[in-house]
Formats: sequence, structure tokens, C-alpha cells
Amino acid sequence: MSWFEAFAAKFHQCFVQDGRFANFMLSGLKVTLQITFSAAIISISLGSFLAIVRVTHDKNIAAMYPGSKRIALKAFNQLCKLCITVVRGIPMVVQLMIWFFVVFAASRNALGIAILAFGINSAVYTAEIVRAGIMSVDHGQTEAGRSLGLGYVHTMRFIILPQAFKNVLPALCNEFIVLLKDTAVVGYIALCDLTRGAYLIAGRTYEPFLPLVAAALIYLAMVIVLSKLFGKLERRLRTSDSH
Amino acid sequence: MIRIEGLHKSFGKLEVLKGITEHIHPSEKVVVIGASGSGKSTLLRCLNLLEMPTSGRIFIHGEEITGGRHDVNMLRRKMGMVFQLFNLFPNYDALGNVTLAPIKLLNMPKSAAEDLGMHMLEKVGLTDKAHEFPSRLSGGQKQRVAIARALAMNPEIMLFDEPTSALDPEMVGEVLAVMAGLAAEGMTMVIVSHEMAFAREVADRVFFMDDGVVLEQGKPDEVFSHPREARTQEFLARVRK
Repeated sequence: MSWFEAFAAKFHQCFVQDGRFANFMLSGLKVTLQITFSAAIISISLGSFLAIVRVTHDKNIAAMYPGSKRIALKAFNQLCKLCITVVRGIPMVVQLMIWFFVVFAASRNALGIAILAFGINSAVYTAEIVRAGIMSVDHGQTEAGRSLGLGYVHTMRFIILPQAFKNVLPALCNEFIVLLKDTAVVGYIALCDLTRGAYLIAGRTYEPFLPLVAAALIYLAMVIVLSKLFGKLERRLRTSDSH
Repeated sequence: MIRIEGLHKSFGKLEVLKGITEHIHPSEKVVVIGASGSGKSTLLRCLNLLEMPTSGRIFIHGEEITGGRHDVNMLRRKMGMVFQLFNLFPNYDALGNVTLAPIKLLNMPKSAAEDLGMHMLEKVGLTDKAHEFPSRLSGGQKQRVAIARALAMNPEIMLFDEPTSALDPEMVGEVLAVMAGLAAEGMTMVIVSHEMAFAREVADRVFFMDDGVVLEQGKPDEVFSHPREARTQEFLARVRK
């Protein structure tokens, strides 16, 4: 048997026989993508929210008159800070298992729990990224907006955030790449994602090389596509104000 | 129109304004001069509450704006401000900079706001740059767009914080010309500036600030030609060199 025939046989065994590629890898890929995209949406919305609370506090607290609003903002800010510290301080796998086996021990919706766990974990990193972006916008922009009579929310929404978002695109791209690859640990809560799928094929065929390399290549391809998309977005935003 | 009573402002332990009491009348042009660190900009920024006064009171049209009860955003609509570093919004073109506040605050339809915006840009001589982004404009052009942006809200008072200090010398004239035009229309203006010739020509009154107080004030001729205080004489001698 030539080298090529041996390879073809192994390839057939790993991917074609019993429809293994479709049953394990493709269905696993679907789970990976589902978790990544849903978690990314949670990440960007919750993360921006946390960032805005933190920045609103830091920018305004000194100029605020004493009162219930000031106390509420302070308390809220402390809460956000606490969330960021706690979530950032616990390994992703441990968080995932706590959500699945402790907090939602009664639920069997592993996919939903994984989305929530990855979303929250990624959100605290996104929060710090967005916060850095907002702080990178010159304070004169805020002053110019406010001096026109625009309120804090208007100024944020139409002047500061668009500039901040553009500044943090590379960092956000990074964060989403990490998120995508982090989902490889969902096997811990018995979800069959791309990694788990490859691992299962390896277990059935005693042939780890091909399925694992295939999984690796699929991850790599997804990351390349993601970077390209972000690069495109970056260029589009840059030409709009030729900065 | 603007009444300032016993205005103090401290940043931490540093006391920048040490008790200012002044009255600025409608249509009056006041030019504030003085060494850097004397509190000129802080005084100006207290007027539209970009800085919160530590103590003292400010009245606009007899209505107190300090004390936290007044709607700051409504106040600022009536007071345009022009900054030393322009602070144009880089994510909008010149026209977008001018129309942003009218669209968001006055709920003006886009087309009406753009008509208004073009009219404002015409006032500063920049209709041909309406669709350029700030990064493509020269310093003088940026500052003129900034003036048009402030005028678009139809303010009663214009505050200028060293509007020509960041400009190349050859661009100072075009900005001052726009400001002189505005002055001729009867706008109430408070201008922090180092342009003594401009102050002499346009100002009704000159404030000389030193160490947090208005040390000397009067008609430009009096202050520039016959300064009473030794510190004023010293300052003028230094800037004339």
C-alpha cells in the first residue's frame, strides 16, 4: 500500500465513514459558531454598558451635586467594578462549570448556559476595551459637544462613541478571536462543539492526527475570516473621515 | 446681561479665581487679557459652567445659573463657545459639525438644518468646504467652522477661549475678521485673547486679569495706553516686545 493509499484510507475512516465529518465536525462547528456569535452580542452590549457606567462615573462624579443621583451612580460604579474584578479573576473553564453545575444545576440547556457564560466573561474584557476607547477620545470633544447644549447622552452617542469605537476595533477583533477559541472548552459541560467533535472522532478511530489537524485548520480559517472582516470595517471607517 | 458675583474657583488646593464681580452688558465686547495662569480661561469656562464655580454666583438675564437648579443644557444653547484647539468633531464633515446640534436639539429636519448650516458656513466664508472633513481643513478653516458651529444654535452670547493661539500667523487674520464681523452685528462677546491690536479695535472693555482677579479694566485706550497698575504695565511691556 502506497503512502497515498494509506492516507486516503485514514481520511476515509476519519471523515467519510459513518458520515463522521458531518455528524461530529460540522455539527460541532455549528455549536461553536452559535456560542461565539451569541456570546459576542452579549459581550458587546453588556461590555459597552459596563464601560459607560464606569466612564460616566469617572467623568462626572467630581462635578455632581450631592443627592440620590450621585449615590446611585457611585453604587452602580462599584457594582460594575466588582463584576469586572470577579469575572476577570476566574478561569473561563471554572466559570463555565460553576454556571452549569452550580447556578443552573437544574437546567439541561447547556447551549444557553454556555452562551451566557462566554458572553459575560467576554463582556468584562470588552468593557475595559471600550472604556479605554472612550478615554482615548480627547476631552475637548466632550466639551465641544456639551458647550453646544448637547446633553451627556447625546454627546456620548453622536460624538464620543463613534470615535471610541473606531479606535478600539483592533482590540475588539482580538477579543472576539479569543472568544471564538475559548469556546473550545465547552466539552466540559458535555456540549459537542468543533473541538469535542474532533476529539470524539479521534476516540472512535484511534486516529488523532487527522481530526485534530482538521479542527485546527477550521479554527484558523475562521480567525482569518474574522480578522479580514474587522480589517474591512476599519478601512471603511477610516476613509469616512480620512484620519 | 451677565452678572458675576464673588466668583471663586479652586482646583484642589490651587485657587485659580479669587473673587470676581463684574457685569457684562448686552452687545458688549469684553476682551480678557493677562499672563497664562492668571485665570482667564477658567473665568470664561465658568460662564457656561464647563467649570463649576467653587463659590459665588452667576446670573444671565437676572436668572441665577449657579447653584444646581438651572438647566445647564438650555443655558449652553444660548452661549456659543469657541476653543483654542477648535475641537471639531472628526467624524462629521464641516456641514455635519454645524448641523449636529440643530438637528438633535431643535429637532430641525435635516434639509432645514443644512440650509441653516450652509448659511452659517457662508458667514464664515467656507461654503466650498461644506463636505470636507476636519482633517482636510487648515487651522484657520477649522476655527471658522467652529465659529459657524457655535452660531448655528443662534446664541445670545459668544465665548472665545484664545481662538487664534493655536493658529499659524498667516491664518490669524481670517479668524479675527470673522469675529470682527460678528462684533459688528451686535453679538455679546467675551474673548480671551493675546491679540492686542484686535482688542484695541473691537473691545468695548478690556479686563486685565492677574492672579485670579480682574486687576484693572476699562476702555481699550485707557488700559493699553495709560495702564494704572504696575502689573498691567509690566504685562503690556512684555507682550509688546
